[in-house]
Amino acid sequence: MTGLSPTQTTGSGEQAPPISRESVTIPPTKAVLPWFKRPAFDRFLQVAAGPVLVIFIWYAAGALGLLNTRLIPPPGATFATTWIALTQGTMVYDLTQTLGRVLWSFAIAAGIGVPIGIVIGANERLYRGAEFLIDFCRSTPATAMFPLFMLVFGLGDEGKVALAAFSALLIIVFNVAYGVLNARKTRILAARSMGAGRIRIFAEVIFLETLPQTFVGLRAGVSLSLVVIVVAEMFIGGMDGMGHRIMDDQMSYNLKDMYGSLILSGALGYCLNYAFLLIERYFVHWAGR
Amino acid sequence: MSDPGTRISDQQSLRRGKIEIRGLTKQFGDSDVYRDFNLDLQEGEFVSIFGPNGCGKSTFINLISGIIPIDFGTVLYDGKTIAQTRLSYVFQNYREALFPWMRAISNIQYPLKILGLDKKTQSLRVEALLAEFNIKIDLNRYPYELSGGQQQMVSILRALITDPEVLFLDEPFSALDYEMTLFMRERLQHVFLKRRNTMILVSHDLEEAVQLANRVLMLTRRPTRIADTVPVDVPWPRDAKSLTSPEFVAIKSRCLEVFSREVARHDSAGAASGSG
Ligand SMILES: Nc1ncnc2c1ncn2[C@@H]1O[C@H](COP(=O)(O)OP(=O)(O)O)[C@@H](O)[C@H]1O
Ligand SMILES: [Mg+2]
Repeated sequence: MTGLSPTQTTGSGEQAPPISRESVTIPPTKAVLPWFKRPAFDRFLQVAAGPVLVIFIWYAAGALGLLNTRLIPPPGATFATTWIALTQGTMVYDLTQTLGRVLWSFAIAAGIGVPIGIVIGANERLYRGAEFLIDFCRSTPATAMFPLFMLVFGLGDEGKVALAAFSALLIIVFNVAYGVLNARKTRILAARSMGAGRIRIFAEVIFLETLPQTFVGLRAGVSLSLVVIVVAEMFIGGMDGMGHRIMDDQMSYNLKDMYGSLILSGALGYCLNYAFLLIERYFVHWAGR
Repeated sequence: MSDPGTRISDQQSLRRGKIEIRGLTKQFGDSDVYRDFNLDLQEGEFVSIFGPNGCGKSTFINLISGIIPIDFGTVLYDGKTIAQTRLSYVFQNYREALFPWMRAISNIQYPLKILGLDKKTQSLRVEALLAEFNIKIDLNRYPYELSGGQQQMVSILRALITDPEVLFLDEPFSALDYEMTLFMRERLQHVFLKRRNTMILVSHDLEEAVQLANRVLMLTRRPTRIADTVPVDVPWPRDAKSLTSPEFVAIKSRCLEVFSREVARHDSAGAASGSG
C-alpha cells in the first residue's frame, strides 16, 4: 500500500482536470484511467484494509505472546491447515453440503413466499389479518422450532431444509407483502387506464414494481437460511456440513480447522449476499433511480 | 354553463360530438367533492381546467376518464360510455407513471400490447407515431436515463399511440423547469393541431391554461362548482410571443379576476356561498 501512494500523487497533476470533469458528466466507471487509479481499485483498497489490519493484529498479538495460542492459534498456521483441509481434506465437501441445503431451503421459501406475499399484499384486509401472525412467527427464534421440525420431518436433510425454508419464508412473505401493499398506485392506474386486466397488472406491473422490495426479502431470507442451516447441522443429526464440522472441531480440539471453518462459513455467507446483490443489480436496474 | 357549441375558433375540427356530464357525484369519506355536477364539453376542443389547490381538478378528470369510480351520475362521450371511448391519460408525475423496467420505446408500445395487437402492427404504429412527431429522443434508453421533459414526452407519446379520442393531462408540465415547460407547451399544441383529439388539461398555471385552451374552465373551492368558462379566441399556434399580446393578456386578467373573486368570496363567506 505504501508503495502506491507516491505513484498516485505524481501523475495526478496533469490527469486531474479531465478526471473531475468526466466524473461529473458520465458514470465514473467509464473514465479511462490506469488500473491503480480507478475508483474500483480504490474501493478494493478500502475494503481490503480492514481484514489486513485484523490479520496483522492477530499475528502481532500472537508473536508478542499476548494470546493464549492454545485457544487462538496464529494466523499462518490456521491458514495453512485450512488450505490443506480445502485442497486435500473434506472442507469443500462440507461447504457444498451446506450451500446445497441453503439453496434448497431458499428455493422452496422463495417459490412459495413470493406468490403468497403478493396475494397478501394485494388485499389490505388480508394483510392486516396476516401481519400479526407473520410478525409473531418471525419473532419466534427459529431455533425454538427445532424439536417440532425434528418431530415432523425427522433428523435427515428434510428437517434442516424445512426449518430453514420456514424461517426464510416468513421474511420473504413479509417483505413482498409490504412491497405490494405500498406499491405506488400511479403505474397501476396507468396500466388500468390503458385497459389492462387484473392478471396482467399483477404480472407486468405490481410484480415488477415490488421487485426491489422483494429482493430485500430474498437477501434477508438467504442469509437467515444459512444461519439456520449451520445451527441445524450442529445440533440435528447428520455427518457433514460446516455446522457439523465446526462442532466436531471444537469437540476434538482441532482449533485451527475450526477457525478456518468459521472464516469460510463467513465467506460463504458473504458470497451469497454479494451474488444476490449482483443479480439484483442486473434484474432491478431501475431501483432507486 | 353556457352552450359552448360555436366557441371553437378553428373550424377544421373533425370530432363534433358532445361530452355530457350529468349529476356527477363523488364523496371521499364524508365530504363531497362533487355533488350533482353538470357540464357539457365539445369534442375536438382543448379545455383547460383551472382552480385552487385541492378543489378537485384531478378528481374531476379521474372521474370522467374512469380512473376512479363515480358514485352517481353519467359521463357520455358523443353518446358512448367511458368504456366505449378511447381515452388516454398523462399523469403529472412521469417518474411514477412510466415503467422503469422497460425501455422508452417499449413504454410507448405497451398500450398496443394491452390491446392485443400483433408485434408487427405494434412496431409499425410506433414508427408512424415517431415519424409524425419527429422525436429526437434516444428511445432505447430507460426512462430514468432521460431528462424530465423527455420522460414526459415519452408519456405523451405513450398516451397518443392508441389514437385516443380524448387525451387527459393532469398538470403534465408542473415538474419541469420553465424553459422546458414552454417547449412542451409548443409540442402539445403541435399534437393538438395535428390530431384534433379532445384535450382536457388540468393546470395550476394560469398562463399555461390560457395559452393551450379553446376554453378555460374555472372551478371554485369545494363543494366544486364552475365559476366561469372563459373562451380563448386567440389564433393557433400560440408561441411564447403571443403570451404578451393584448388579447391574451386581457383574457388572462379576466380569468384572474374570476379567480380572485371566487377565492376571496369563499375565504370570507365560508360555506355560505350558494350553489348558483
Ligand atoms: N383518494 C382520496 N381519498 C380521500 N380524499 C381524496 C382522495 N383524492 C383526493 N381527495 C381529496 O379531494 C380533494 C380534491 O383533490 P384533488 O382532485 O387531487 O385536487 P386538485 O387536483 O384540484 O388539487 C382534496 O381535498 C383531496 O384531499
Ligand atoms: Mg391535482
